[in-house]
Amino acid sequence: MIDVLQHVVVGPFRDIGSNPAFFGEVVIGGILAGMLYSLVALGFVLIFKASGVFNFAQGVMVLFAALTLVGLLERGLPVAAAFVVTAAVMIALAFVIERVVLRPLVNQEHIILFMATIGLNFFLEGFGEMLWGANVKKLDVGIPDRSFMMAGMQVNQLELSAGVIAAVIVAILAVFFQKTRIGRALRAVADDHEAALSIGIPLKTIWVVVWSVAGLVAIVAGVMWGAKSGVQFSLSLIALKALPVLILGGFESVAGAILGGLIIGVGEKIGEVYWGPLVGGAIENWFAYVLALAFLLVRPQGLFGEKIIERV
Amino acid sequence: MSAAAGAGVLLQVESVSVRFGALMALSGVSVDVRAGEILAIIGPNGAGKTTLLNVISGFYHPSQGRIFFEGRDRTRLRPPDVAELGIARTFQNVALFKGMSVLDNIMTGRLLKMKGSFLLDALYLGPAMSQELANRAFVERIIDFLEIQAIRKAPAGRLPYGLQKRVELARALAAEPKLLLLDEPMAGMNVEEKEDMCRFILDVNGEFGTTIVLIEHDMGVVMDISDRVVVLDYGRKIADGTPDDVRTHPAVLDAYLGVTHD
Repeated sequence: MIDVLQHVVVGPFRDIGSNPAFFGEVVIGGILAGMLYSLVALGFVLIFKASGVFNFAQGVMVLFAALTLVGLLERGLPVAAAFVVTAAVMIALAFVIERVVLRPLVNQEHIILFMATIGLNFFLEGFGEMLWGANVKKLDVGIPDRSFMMAGMQVNQLELSAGVIAAVIVAILAVFFQKTRIGRALRAVADDHEAALSIGIPLKTIWVVVWSVAGLVAIVAGVMWGAKSGVQFSLSLIALKALPVLILGGFESVAGAILGGLIIGVGEKIGEVYWGPLVGGAIENWFAYVLALAFLLVRPQGLFGEKIIERV
Repeated sequence: MSAAAGAGVLLQVESVSVRFGALMALSGVSVDVRAGEILAIIGPNGAGKTTLLNVISGFYHPSQGRIFFEGRDRTRLRPPDVAELGIARTFQNVALFKGMSVLDNIMTGRLLKMKGSFLLDALYLGPAMSQELANRAFVERIIDFLEIQAIRKAPAGRLPYGLQKRVELARALAAEPKLLLLDEPMAGMNVEEKEDMCRFILDVNGEFGTTIVLIEHDMGVVMDISDRVVVLDYGRKIADGTPDDVRTHPAVLDAYLGVTHD
């Protein structure tokens, strides 16, 4: 009994203390992975805030963006041009989704819109496969997948670039939402559709804007992830990792999505490296979900979510 | 009483009918709103007052009849287009952006006055920032005008009801509307709050020359502040005139007191 406690409670911390540089590497790896979770979660939050739609297709949008980019690169487009075309495709997709899916379903129950995004999910998956084929593709955006030493720690250059880019995007979005005309319009629509209409905010435009932004965020997430582990259909499953992030951070909070992603990224890496050997590994696969479950029991609205108090 | 009544017609509602299934919410209602006046719409519950406001602001479209604003037909416009024309409104059950601060609520009301490129806005650069500051200055004037300086940073959803109504008025004013539609601006207020609100409505009308159409139940208020009163009952207009005319109009007395004439 004492022995077990020794292994679970004392041992890992002794390991951490004995090699702080390695611990630093683990934390940095976690932060960088977490940034990517944050990006995917952010796509969900943007759409949920502005339209109350839980977009089941966000993961496939990430895949679709990455597939399109790789497909264009394979056809010989330069990297910059491929990015521009992919961005145009994602924005065009936002227009089509607003026109074909959202507009006819306006004022319907949330569950109906949710089902529509499930349909969208399967459509995009099939459409992407039809356009670009189903085999695993290598994505090379010109950032070498090498490591270098920094303050005694190994840092992967690709992961670092990914993390920095994600951080910049997150910062831009935060300012955009809080300080600008369109950001305020987005929050206004999320808060009260009728009032937003009455002061001249066109809902259609706002929906196109959020779906476009979610599409652009999906490109970044897709590229980062694809560069690391190849573009393949399992990429759409990273959306599943975004769910615990959302539960942790709150469905309506940009800050929550970011922090939630980081907590889960760092938490699962530390868990895997230091506690993994005790249970035979694979902690990384379930850590996020167990943490989310614990949050649901203790703080169901998430870290930054709005607590709903019904007056009786 | 406001001074500016009697000028040209700003808004013309021409024999408008609105049907919801078998129910005629409005049947053949015609109302002229003159530039610069304060027009009150009164009537018993279910008379079609809010429906009329919703038709004017584009939330409903008339099944028959037409609406003209500044001489142009705009019967089938959608709410955002109506807002663009310079018509602002408030709602019966306060429709504020509850999660946003009072200041952000009012700034949002100023949206149509702010133009800019999406990219610059997204990065909060150059013109986007100076425009933000200029509009902020205007919004501060409205805040001073409505005496809500003390609550400008508070989340709108946490304010007491009377103040929420005031913030909603501020948001509508931020658009510098030509026509302001107020749906029961004083509902649920105590006497003091009502007096404040009356003063603000008269000041808005007097200082900015804004034309105001308001729905109100409190007869004392209606008689005090309006230039003209339109009375609706069962979706029909039964009277239209000065407060004094309307007060003594037999059809109005019937509608309110339930007397029937054979």
